[in-house]
Amino acid sequence: MSRRRPPLHAVHDDRGASFTGFGGWEMPVEFDSIKTEHAAVRESAGIFDVSHMGEITVSGPDATALMQRLVTNDVTALSPGDSQYAMITDEDGSIIDDTVVYRLPDDGEIRTESRAGEASYLFVPNAGHDEEAYDRWTGYRDEWSLDATVENRTEEYGMFAVQGPDAEALVSEAADDEMTDLSRFEARWAAVSGVECWVARTGYTGEDGFELVVPQESAETVWAAFDCQPCGLGARDTLRIEAGFLLSGQDFDQEENRRNPYEAGAGFTVKLDTEFVGRDALERAKTDGVDEAFVGFELTERGVPRHGYDITDTDGDVIGTVTSGTMSPTLDKPIGLGYVPVEYDDPGTDVRVVVRDRPKNAQITNTPFIDQ
Amino acid sequence: MSFDVPDDHGYLESHEWAHNDGGTVRIGISDFAQDELGDVVFVELPDVGDTISEGEEFGVIESIKAVSDLYAPVSGEVTAVNENLFDTPELVNEDAFGDGWMLEVDAADESELDDLMSADEYRAQIE
Repeated sequence: MSRRRPPLHAVHDDRGASFTGFGGWEMPVEFDSIKTEHAAVRESAGIFDVSHMGEITVSGPDATALMQRLVTNDVTALSPGDSQYAMITDEDGSIIDDTVVYRLPDDGEIRTESRAGEASYLFVPNAGHDEEAYDRWTGYRDEWSLDATVENRTEEYGMFAVQGPDAEALVSEAADDEMTDLSRFEARWAAVSGVECWVARTGYTGEDGFELVVPQESAETVWAAFDCQPCGLGARDTLRIEAGFLLSGQDFDQEENRRNPYEAGAGFTVKLDTEFVGRDALERAKTDGVDEAFVGFELTERGVPRHGYDITDTDGDVIGTVTSGTMSPTLDKPIGLGYVPVEYDDPGTDVRVVVRDRPKNAQITNTPFIDQ
Repeated sequence: MSFDVPDDHGYLESHEWAHNDGGTVRIGISDFAQDELGDVVFVELPDVGDTISEGEEFGVIESIKAVSDLYAPVSGEVTAVNENLFDTPELVNEDAFGDGWMLEVDAADESELDDLMSADEYRAQIE
């Protein structure tokens, strides 16, 4: 199967990017060097092409009812222009995907079928999950006989993330509008070099920043409006690991690494006073407590933790698994994320991480690893 | 992009280089290889006194994005290890044929060097 390509694939190729397969997409992994790109985001700003993220809109009289029943968070708390982080769970309460749900204003570039007074939503599934999400939303809509229009707009839009301490100034300058009053998780329409974009104060780096949903045909104009370091998925990964953020398919996976939001440290996204698929299982999980917890750790000797490595206790008995790891560019230390039994989840607990058959000393650490 | 490929070195298809100085053979990875790997963050090398064998793994190099085995271009006993790489592995990125060297080996059989690719052959491979 051929990989899906972002609209600016050729532009990135000309800029010297190297590419990698990710969730069925061929995306830039590195433009200059991961360390250079990472440092730019922590110290000034960087721009990422994250067009592998899906865009699905939900509108019509029952849009709110459909959204509310398919994500863990309470979408009725959203005013137009607000957004929230949420999980999509199955009947067992296991995470299928994580997403950000935006409530769209009544008018704007992303046209939906909602009429005045009806809420409409945009949500962004992870790479390769857009078709599955679309099928899930339309399948349940039909099963529950709800009146809602669900559209998979992933091929119509690109998405860029401008992240770092200088992001506010960069986006304010590029847009026809100051972005200083946009709070975290707020979003609005703004023209960037004359192109109407959905500009949200969200991100995945642990820094202040913005994500822009951009019409495909104008993607190059918007990309060119930002004079800052282009960054690939390599730096996106090291930045989000330092921030302790989950990566769908890696830190949880519906097939290979089934986790509920409480185990994954995302219990704050679960609103048990709403009705959604997985709610009853999650209510039981909350009452019974979880056996394992998602933790950060730091290796105290040389080595690089990687996805799939064993975590052992100090006697060498396997107690858990590394789900993400890297050499932290900011801290210059090997850090990782993974699951251990709750009796080992206190910061400061000594564990080992097995790197190519050699146990390395490690310590459970608070996340985020960096100051935010 | 053009990569440094010194004429007086021999090369393996897996991008290690060897440079013979009177039976003492210095070993490292090529400029092309360090660029492909990206930021090098960790190297695992044998100890002085260990023996390595032509074509066999002798260590591991890790960049942020990849883990790669290192293969020996020649057989012999390790006489020196570049310990600077343990604390500053980025030397491999900065100077793959110089300060980023990895091992020195007392070659067991210098004729093994004749089996390596020449600089021209290696340039053709990475073009």
